[in-house]
Amino acid sequence: MKPAERDKEERRLAEERKRIVRDGPKLKGAKLEARLERTWRRPPGFLGWLATVDHKEIGRRYIVTALIFLALGGALALLMRLQLAHPDNALIGASRFNELFTMHGSTMMFLFAVPVMEGVAVYIIPLMLGTRSTGFPRLNAFSYYMYLFGGLMLWGAFALNIAPDIGWFAYTPLSGPQFSPGKRADIWAQMITFTEVSALAAAVVLVATILKTRAPGMTLSRMPLFAWAMLVVAAMIIFAMPSVALASSMLISDRLVGTQFYNQFEHGDALLWQHLFWFFGHPEVYIIFLPATGFVSVIVETFCRRPVFAYPVVVLALISTGILAFGLWVHHMFATGLPRVGYSFYTAASMTVAVPTALQIFCWLATMWDGRPRFEVPMLYVVGFIVTFVIGGLSGVIIASVPLDLELHDTYFIVAHFHYVLIGGAVFPLLGILTYWFPKITGRMMNETLGKIGFWTIFLGFQLAFFPMHFAGLLGMPRRVYTYPAGLGLELPNLLSTIGAFVVAASVLLFVVNGLWSLYRGAIAPPNPWDAASLEWATTSPPPVYNFEHIPVVQSRTPLWDEKGELPVVTGLRVDEKETLLTTVVAATPDLREPVPQASLWPFIAAVATGILFIASIFSPWAILFGAIPAAIALTAWFWPKDMKRQPEPVIT
Amino acid sequence: MIGSLQTYQSIFSSAADEVRQFNTLLVIFLVVCAIMYTLVIAFLIAGILRRRRADAHVVENGMHHRQNPLMRTGLIAWGSLVGVGLIALAIASFVADRSLASTSAHERLSITVTANQWWWDIQYNSADVSKTLHTANELHLPVGVPVRITLHSNDVIHSFWVPSLAGKQDLIPGRENDITLVPRKVGIYRGQCAEFCGTQHAHMALVVNVEPYADFIRWWQHQLQPAVAPQTPLALAGYIVVTTGQCAMCHSIAGTPASATVGPDLTHLASRRSLAAGTLPMGKGQLYGWVADPQSVKPGSKMPTIPLEPNQLHAVVAYLETLK
Repeated sequence: MKPAERDKEERRLAEERKRIVRDGPKLKGAKLEARLERTWRRPPGFLGWLATVDHKEIGRRYIVTALIFLALGGALALLMRLQLAHPDNALIGASRFNELFTMHGSTMMFLFAVPVMEGVAVYIIPLMLGTRSTGFPRLNAFSYYMYLFGGLMLWGAFALNIAPDIGWFAYTPLSGPQFSPGKRADIWAQMITFTEVSALAAAVVLVATILKTRAPGMTLSRMPLFAWAMLVVAAMIIFAMPSVALASSMLISDRLVGTQFYNQFEHGDALLWQHLFWFFGHPEVYIIFLPATGFVSVIVETFCRRPVFAYPVVVLALISTGILAFGLWVHHMFATGLPRVGYSFYTAASMTVAVPTALQIFCWLATMWDGRPRFEVPMLYVVGFIVTFVIGGLSGVIIASVPLDLELHDTYFIVAHFHYVLIGGAVFPLLGILTYWFPKITGRMMNETLGKIGFWTIFLGFQLAFFPMHFAGLLGMPRRVYTYPAGLGLELPNLLSTIGAFVVAASVLLFVVNGLWSLYRGAIAPPNPWDAASLEWATTSPPPVYNFEHIPVVQSRTPLWDEKGELPVVTGLRVDEKETLLTTVVAATPDLREPVPQASLWPFIAAVATGILFIASIFSPWAILFGAIPAAIALTAWFWPKDMKRQPEPVIT
Repeated sequence: MIGSLQTYQSIFSSAADEVRQFNTLLVIFLVVCAIMYTLVIAFLIAGILRRRRADAHVVENGMHHRQNPLMRTGLIAWGSLVGVGLIALAIASFVADRSLASTSAHERLSITVTANQWWWDIQYNSADVSKTLHTANELHLPVGVPVRITLHSNDVIHSFWVPSLAGKQDLIPGRENDITLVPRKVGIYRGQCAEFCGTQHAHMALVVNVEPYADFIRWWQHQLQPAVAPQTPLALAGYIVVTTGQCAMCHSIAGTPASATVGPDLTHLASRRSLAAGTLPMGKGQLYGWVADPQSVKPGSKMPTIPLEPNQLHAVVAYLETLK
C-alpha cells in the first residue's frame, strides 16, 4: 500500500470510528438505555423467540424446563412409592415399575439436576461477572434446544409405551441387543447422547464466560464462589462427558450394527461398560453437588452479612473435589470381583473426598459464627442443607469401606444415601437459591410465609421419606424391586417412606404455587432486595436485555458492600452494535472488544437437524450418513463468515 | 412359613463370621460418624444461637473483611480431626477386608451357583463325579464348615446376596467370581439377587438352610437319589404329561427322560421351601397356581403359561408333589 493510500484509508477509518456510538459521559441515562435496548433486543415474534441468544431467556427456559422434568420425575417417584407402600402390592406390574424407576433416575439425573444447574448458571453468571452476554451465545441456545429435544424424546417414548426399562445406569449385557430387544434401550442411550452434547456445549459456554468476560478488576481471587464452582463443574463436564459418550455410542453400535464391545462371548467385556459409565457417573454426582455448594456460599455470604470465611480454602476445596471425583469410580463396582487390594485405593480416595467437603462446611459454619445470620427462606434452606447433607456425606463414608459396601451396595441404604446427598445436598440449596434469585429473575419477591411453610414441610417430609430407607436396606431390601414379601420387617419403613414422599410432593407443589402467585402478586423487588454484595444486584430486577448500562469495575470481593454510592464503570463500548468487553484470564484487565452475535435461527435449525439424526439413528445406521447432510448445512450456515465492515479497534483509546 | 422368620434377610442376624465382622465394623463407623455429626450440628446450633456482639465482623460495621483468628485455628483443628478420623476408618476397613479375604484359604465345601434370569442353578461339586449334585434355588450349608461358592451367570449380571451370611458378589457372564463364608448359626436365611437383572429382579430369591453337618450329609445323600417313580395313577398321568410334554423341554428330573437344563432342576422340587425362586412358599395350592399360570404369578418369567386341561393340571401337580 502506498503511503498516500494508507493515509486515506486511515482517515476513512477515523471518520468511521467517529460515527460509532459509544456509552460514556455524552451518552448515559435514559438515552443510553433506549439505545442499548434497541441494539440488544431480540427480533420480534415467534421466530425471534426461537432465535434468541439472550442468556437470560435461555437460562429461564432451562430452569423452567428442568423444573417441569423435576415434577414429572417426582410424579413417577410417587407412583413407585404407592406400589411399595404394602408388601406384595399389585398396583403396578414388574415391567411398568422397571420403566418407572428408569425414567425417574434418568429424568432426575440427566434432565433435571444437571440442566437446572447449567440453567441457573447461564442466567446468573454473566450478571454476577458484570458482562452483557455469555461467551458463544448461539452455542448456548443450541445447548438448550438439544437438551429440550432429548427430554422430549425420552418422555415421548414414555407416552408411546416404549420407555427404557434398564435402570439409569443401563448395565450391559442387560441393556445389550440380546436381553433388551426392541427400542427401549436405544431411546435411553440416545437421550444420553442428546444430554452429552447439550452439557458439553453449556460447559464450553460457561468456561469461556467465566474466564474471559469478567468485569475489569474481577481477578480470579475476587471472583464470586459460585463462579468458581461453575468453572470447576464445567471443566468436569468437559472431562467426564466424553467417557459416557464413548460408552453410549459403543452400546448403540452393539445394538444397531452388531459390534461386540460388551459381548463377553465375542471377546468383549460386560464390565467395560461399568468402568466407562462410572468414570462419568461419579463425577456426575459432583457436577450436581458443586453448583449447590456455590449456591450455599452465595446465600451464606448475603445472609450472614460477611464474605465466606477462608475464601482460598473454599476455592481449593472445590478444585480438589473436582479432581478427586475422577478417582472414585470403582467404588460403584466393589461387588464385581475386581482385585481386592486394588479396591483399598478407591476406599482411600472415596474417604479423601470427604475432606474438602468437610472443610467447606466448616467455612460456612464459621461464617455464620462470625457474622450475624438472618434467617429468611434461603438461609433456612442452607441450615436444612447442612443438617441433611452431612448425614448423606457420612453414610457415603460408610459405604466407601469395601466390607461395609459389600452388604450395603444396591440396597435401600444406598437409595437413602444418594437421596440425602442429592436432595439434601443439591435440591435444598437449589430451592434456597431460586427463592434468592427469584426477585432478580422476575422482578418480584417470593412470599416469605409460604416459603417458610414450604421449607419446613419439605425438610421434615424428606426425613420421613428417606431416613427409614436406611433401615429397609439394613433389613435386606435391594433397590429396584417392584415388590417385597411380607414378614421381613420391611412394612413399616416402606409405609413411612411413602407417606414422606407425599409430604415432599405437597411441599414442592407449594413451592410452585408460591412461585406462580408471587410472579403476579408478589411485592415488587428493588434492584438489591437482600442487600447482597455481588454484581447481579447492581442492575434492575429483572435486568434489562443488555444487563448493565455500563460495564462495572470491581475492586474487591464484595463490590456492592465496599463501594459507597455508584459503582465505578468502564465506558466506550459500542452501543450501536452488540459489543462486550473481554478481559484477561487471571487479572481481568481489559483485553479485547468482542462483537456479540446477533440472534439467529441457525442454532435451533442445527439442533432440529442433529435431533433428527440422533432419533433416526435409533432405527437405521444410514440415518447417520443422510442425517449428517442437513446437520452439516445448518452448521455451515450458522458459521458462515459475516462481512466485517468494521476494523478491529484497540481496547483502550 | 415366611411370617415365622422375622429377620432372616437382615444383616443383623449375623449367622456367619463375615457378617459379625461387618457388624463390628459398622458400629465403629457409626460411632465415628455420630461424633462428627454431633460436632457439625453443635457448631451450627452455636452459630445460630450465639449472642451477637456489636463489633461482629459484618458489613454493617464495615468489618466484613476481617477474619476471626479463632476460626482459623478451628479450621486447622477440624481439618486434622476429619483427616485422623478418616485414616482410622480406612485402616479399620482395610484390616477387616484383609481378614475377610484370608478365610478363603481353607474351604471344605465347594459349590457353584449359576444365575439365570430369575432363578439360581446350584451345583455341589465333589471330586467323586457320582456325588456331584444338581439343584436349584435352595442352598443347604453345614454349620461351621468353610464353604466357597463359585459364581457364574448365564445371561446378565446378577448379584449373590444372603445378608445374614455374607456381603454380596456379582455374577457376571464371562467372568468367575467367588465368595467364601463360614456359617455359624443353624437356621433358614433368605437371599435375593441384588443387581437389577430385568423384569423379575424382585422375584429372584434364594433360600439358604444352614443345618448340622449330619443333616446336611443326609440331605446330600437324599438329593443324589433320582426321582421316585410315580405311585398312583394320577401321578403317573402327571409323569407322562411332564416328561413327554413341554415341561421336559426346559426342565430335568433325574431318573426320567426329562433332562433339559434351560430351567431349574425339578428332581426334588417338593422338598424345597419355596417355588419359582422364592416367589411362593411350597405347597399344593401354590403348585396349582404356578403350573396353571406362571405368567400371572411372576409376569415376564421365562416359563410360559401352557394351557392344560383340568385333569392334566391335577395330574401334573400330583406328580410334582411326589418329587420330595
